[in-house]
Amino acid sequence: MVDAPVVRLDKVEKWFGRTSALQGVDLTVQPGEFLVFLGRNGAGKSTLLRVVARLVRPNSGSVEICGIDVLRHPEAGREKLGFVAHTSFLYRNLTAFENLRFFARLYGLSDAEDRIHKVLCWVGLENSAQRTIYGFSRGMQQRLSIARATLHDPQILLLDEPFSGLDLEASELLGEWLESFVANGKTVLMATHDLEQGLQSARRWAFVDQGKIADELSGTDADIRDQYKRFLKEKRRDVF
Amino acid sequence: MTFFKQAGAIFWKDVLTEFRTKDALTSMLLFGLLVILMFHFAFEPDSMETERFGPGLLWMTFLFAGLLGMNRAFAGERENDGLQGLKLAPISWGAIYLGKMLANLCFMLLVEAVILFCFALFFNFDLLPRLGWMCGITLLGTLGFASIGTILAAVSMNTRMSDVMLPILLLPIALPVVIGAVESTAAIFTDPPGEALGFWVKFLVAFNIIFITLPLMVFEYVLEE
Repeated sequence: MVDAPVVRLDKVEKWFGRTSALQGVDLTVQPGEFLVFLGRNGAGKSTLLRVVARLVRPNSGSVEICGIDVLRHPEAGREKLGFVAHTSFLYRNLTAFENLRFFARLYGLSDAEDRIHKVLCWVGLENSAQRTIYGFSRGMQQRLSIARATLHDPQILLLDEPFSGLDLEASELLGEWLESFVANGKTVLMATHDLEQGLQSARRWAFVDQGKIADELSGTDADIRDQYKRFLKEKRRDVF
Repeated sequence: MTFFKQAGAIFWKDVLTEFRTKDALTSMLLFGLLVILMFHFAFEPDSMETERFGPGLLWMTFLFAGLLGMNRAFAGERENDGLQGLKLAPISWGAIYLGKMLANLCFMLLVEAVILFCFALFFNFDLLPRLGWMCGITLLGTLGFASIGTILAAVSMNTRMSDVMLPILLLPIALPVVIGAVESTAAIFTDPPGEALGFWVKFLVAFNIIFITLPLMVFEYVLEE
């Protein structure tokens, strides 16, 4: 029996003024999938994630998260989501612990202290809990950002260029965390323009172009590299 | 109840951040004290003069000092895209408004208490007999100003020159609350208090009910992209 999809988008369109950001996007994601949206800058990858998180209201179409219509019940939908972007969404004058406690309160977590301790240990920041994040390196901030996003044990993790600005070690750690997240039956949707980062951990790849899922890529890493390069070359030809 | 807890968490976060940085409080306080000091040297007023222009001077100082703080209300959310983090939480976005509005109100009231004390000191004004009324009117006037100011700070946050945009948007809309606050303050500056006091206090209460309810209802659309 096939599980009910955790994410379902049906004919989603989004316009910013006269610019079309998403054009009739249909998407179904099953639990435990790791889907990467590949595409050039401005292709619509980030907008797609933001529509799923209901940060952006689509002009038409429907969006469901774990069976919840997020256009009607955005708060219930967001409860199922964690979001990691290249910015951390953290407050630099608060300590790591205070930042997480603040988000724990917003998510109404009853066992906040335990969870904060657990996620801080998980991301290796337990010794920096009482430091303000002002002095944190980019890698440390990103780790804390992952702790923030997973504090409420979300079903789905949305990642928008999460590797940007990270050094090699931090990138490898992030990749490992994402794999362990998926291994626990959770779902990851990641937007990136970096094919190699996408190849490392994903099981499914979608090429986003001009606000549409133009193609789904499949096969070995080498096949996907070839398909992706061919796709980019075709698009370049279309432009010139 | 959850709504108020969420608003309380945002309020507490803003208060904690402000007491660590003191960005808004310092600028508001310095500005307020400088204005009072400059008017003290410019006029050297007697008690009649204080009764005549004191209410206006006080409220102009409160409002412009408040504007400095209001401009900072969402500045902290711009660093590291904090507002996105708030919007991603499973909360009504109205709770963001309420939390931020209460934080603004708290900062303004703190600064106004100091300004009021200095005003009484520099202008030889006997505040004690009117302290109860003064506190009530200051609370009502500031609440009205903070409720409009917070939503307009959110509106102007993403505009170019947001520092300039906020006063341009805020001052005309806040005009009724300014009139109400100045008139009711003027009524208690006379001895005995003027008859108009009751009317202007009711006016301020009505204004506050409208301008707290309305932003709570429309704040979702303000933050919507």
